[in-house]
Amino acid sequence: MATRSFNVWRGDSSGGDYVEYTTDITEGMVVLDAVHQIQAESANDLAVRWNCKAGKCGSCSAEVNGMPRLMCMTRMADLPEGQPVNIKPMKAFPVMRDLVTDVSWNYRVKEKIAPFAPREPDVDDGTWRFPQEDGDRVQEFRKCIECYLCQDVCHVLREHNKHDEFVGPRFLVYLAALEMQPLDTGDRLLEIKDDYGIGYCNITKCCTNVCPEGITITDNAIIPLKERVVDRYYDPVQKIWRALTGKS
Amino acid sequence: MTASTNSSDFQTFDYDVLIIGAGGAGLRAAIEAAGDLRVGLVCKSLLGKAHTVMAEGGVAASLANVDERDSWQTHFADTMRGGQYLSQPLMPEFHAKEAPKRVLELEQWGALFDRTKDGKILQRNFGGHKYPRLAHVGDRTGLEMIRTLQDHGIHQGIDVHMECTVTKLLTDDGRVVGAFGYERELGRFKVFNAKAVVLCTGGIGRAFKITSNSWEYTGDGHSLAYHAGAELMDMEFVQFHPTGMVWPPSVRGILVTEGVRGEGGILKNTDDKRFMFDDIPDLYVNQTADNPEEGWRYTQGDRDARRPPELLTRDHVARCIVREIREGRGSEHGGVYLDIAWIKEKMPNAEAHIKKKLPSMYHQFKELAGIDITKEPMEVGPTTHYAMGGVRVDPATQMSGVPGLFAAGECAAGLHGANRLGGNSLSDLLVFGKRAGEYAAKFAAENEDTKADPAQIEAAAAEALAPFERATANPYDIQFELQDLMQDKVGIVRVESEMEEAVTAVRDLKERASVVGVSGNRQYNPGWHTALDLDNLMTVSEAVAMAALERKESRGAHFRDDYPDKEEEYSKFNSVLYKGEDGQMELRREPVPALSEEQSAIIEENR
Ligand SMILES: Cc1cc2nc3c(=O)[nH]c(=O)nc-3n(C[C@H](O)[C@H](O)[C@H](O)COP(=O)(O)OP(=O)(O)OC[C@H]3O[C@@H](n4cnc5c(N)ncnc54)[C@H](O)[C@@H]3O)c2cc1C
Ligand code: SF4
Ligand code: SF4
Ligand code: FES
Repeated sequence: MATRSFNVWRGDSSGGDYVEYTTDITEGMVVLDAVHQIQAESANDLAVRWNCKAGKCGSCSAEVNGMPRLMCMTRMADLPEGQPVNIKPMKAFPVMRDLVTDVSWNYRVKEKIAPFAPREPDVDDGTWRFPQEDGDRVQEFRKCIECYLCQDVCHVLREHNKHDEFVGPRFLVYLAALEMQPLDTGDRLLEIKDDYGIGYCNITKCCTNVCPEGITITDNAIIPLKERVVDRYYDPVQKIWRALTGKS
Repeated sequence: MTASTNSSDFQTFDYDVLIIGAGGAGLRAAIEAAGDLRVGLVCKSLLGKAHTVMAEGGVAASLANVDERDSWQTHFADTMRGGQYLSQPLMPEFHAKEAPKRVLELEQWGALFDRTKDGKILQRNFGGHKYPRLAHVGDRTGLEMIRTLQDHGIHQGIDVHMECTVTKLLTDDGRVVGAFGYERELGRFKVFNAKAVVLCTGGIGRAFKITSNSWEYTGDGHSLAYHAGAELMDMEFVQFHPTGMVWPPSVRGILVTEGVRGEGGILKNTDDKRFMFDDIPDLYVNQTADNPEEGWRYTQGDRDARRPPELLTRDHVARCIVREIREGRGSEHGGVYLDIAWIKEKMPNAEAHIKKKLPSMYHQFKELAGIDITKEPMEVGPTTHYAMGGVRVDPATQMSGVPGLFAAGECAAGLHGANRLGGNSLSDLLVFGKRAGEYAAKFAAENEDTKADPAQIEAAAAEALAPFERATANPYDIQFELQDLMQDKVGIVRVESEMEEAVTAVRDLKERASVVGVSGNRQYNPGWHTALDLDNLMTVSEAVAMAALERKESRGAHFRDDYPDKEEEYSKFNSVLYKGEDGQMELRREPVPALSEEQSAIIEENR
């Protein structure tokens, strides 16, 4: 057992500052355990959002030593000893209180996106048939736990606050999951280009690097969507073809 | 900042149907009720984070995609056997009949299940299910399900109140007329007027120390219903899942999916012995492999093989593990070994296979315990997992004894009897979530608007704010004490004297809980939230302990050291708990409804 110190950001939308706490760390503890222990011992009202404590719900996102992380999946043993652990709320979203941010913007964005619309069933009993390979790519995207860490790290949102023009990596993944769903008949490419701001992404891959689910956001979701947009809207041959035939 | 009880602080909302809880059951109910009606949905967490997200193994439905011999009849018989014939027989029947439709509906709404070779929904083996029956997505089925319902639900015109906790149901002349709650963010109060209310609040695992359940599982729905005059049933049956993580201490209790055993994982003690072969219950002898080779073939889809003993029902596996640990054959940190790495003896690409089939388990052990499950065995032990008991409801409509108050999902009783089979919860949420939504909507349409009594609202507000006026006991201390108590005295192995102590101790703690104090203000204040949850935890703990004392036998998940066998007398009733005239909790024995001729015949055929 060792005593470690923590600088935890405390405050609300009007401002705040780091407060120092110390607590005893035992084997295997994660950052969220430490925060809970601090809460129980010395700061009953320290606000922290969590739910599953198993990396499955995506509630406990924060910045630990400057890195966007799930607190429940960050082991104390993996953080450098001899210096305080610094914990602050995600920067890309407004603070509610202490470590809790207002992520409601994400929910509003999702509501705007046209939902899944399946093709007619393949079989009379109302079911579909498709091979596993056709689903693999989309299943990767559907691992998303909506922790919004990718949103937090993306400079378009984090530094440039383009929340009105860019949906962020999480929703590009969501859009990719819809567009590549083997049964879906929807077409969201025009919105992806015009309303969802895919052009803002300059493929820095920061989002992929922080995704706790290991989703290859940039390579597997964003780049293919960009290619589809380019193919349809910018490819000269396609453009002429459309002008001549009126088909897309 | 001091808290005020000024009623101008309330925001008021009017709904036809109010749904409390946004897990699988709540979302499914909301989708069903929405349309022409005004539907409100309240949840303690953010939308999409409810406990359902954690479900791993799959959703049970006799689609018969992998084994065409499967049918609703077999699913019904398996569920009844698993529940040791204490289920309300109509519920397993509806469940078995309707689950396939409900699962296919998810596909229609965008769920992407793993596929069979011919492109249908793939199904896997699970404990107690005769045929491969669990539709799944790797080991993150719950995530797929909740996300599908969420993404479909947000386009149905449902009003969602996230991070809002309901603390009281409002009633008028015995009928439910709405609910009272607080916003976790700002601490402001919300009053919901509603013609019908559906409870979908999940389980009670936080009453115990070692649990796979999240902070949300404080038995709120159970307690809200109880205080509003509804009855609770089967509360003695708490499922201890045999395989939770045991090391390191901070992850103790986190679930290790049964899917590990479904894929061929075996349990061993410290002598390297596969102890599950030592004790196979009579009810299951005919269906269980008697040698390791046959067991392995079963997990690999050999239809002539019988299931390995690791896939016996959860209660039995949990007790065998406890026996090994108690008799000194446990693992280093007080569990037993669960080994999936051994399958490399059987297949060439075992490592990749394990990662593909059990990705989150691989991840979980790697990240949290530093163990590579493709190379080393895991250490596992029982963890509090699921409440079979809950609000007593009508099997068809899901309405409780209180008119207008419905319950579905884990917080309702009746489907699982003395023990739940894996995978039967996710299907429960869909089948009975839909039914609850449908009948709540019907009730709302047939009944007049209601208005809550202002005095009740004021009282609810005063009660919620009381902890700010006191500065005595720390709410966390009481919560921890209760969890220790329930774990030690009303846990996996129970005896009369300990449970008697527990009942008294819970009542004492209840006294102390009524005077806990909190500091800080109403904005996102976990200390306050914990203080308010305490009453719910006390209610369910008392109910569990009382019902467990009453049942002087061992059946399903309820095991008593002093009465280790099943007794005929106890096969005939369910324990029902309710608030007596004097405000004390009382217990009544309610006869188990008789089986129909068809049901008996199906059970006979599947013996
Ligand atoms: C780790 C794990 C793995 C599992 N795996 C499987 C599996 O493979 N197959 C299977 O069938 N089952 C599985 N289960 C069981 C199953 O997941 C749960 O029983 C089921 O998800 C419960 O769903 P629910 O809709 O009843 O409640 P939940 O999904 O828990 O939702 C409860 C909702 O109620 C809300 N709520 C609670 N109290 C209040 C209140 N006072 N005010 C407002 N809102 C409130 C919560 O915020 C939440 O939104 C698993 C369980 C666990 C813990
Ligand atoms: S790759 Fe694109 S979306 Fe991802 S962080 Fe960089 S700019 Fe943002
Ligand atoms: S894509 Fe990854 S980082 Fe982004 S929200 Fe989903 S899980 Fe989190
Ligand atoms: S608490 Fe669920 S991801 Fe951390």
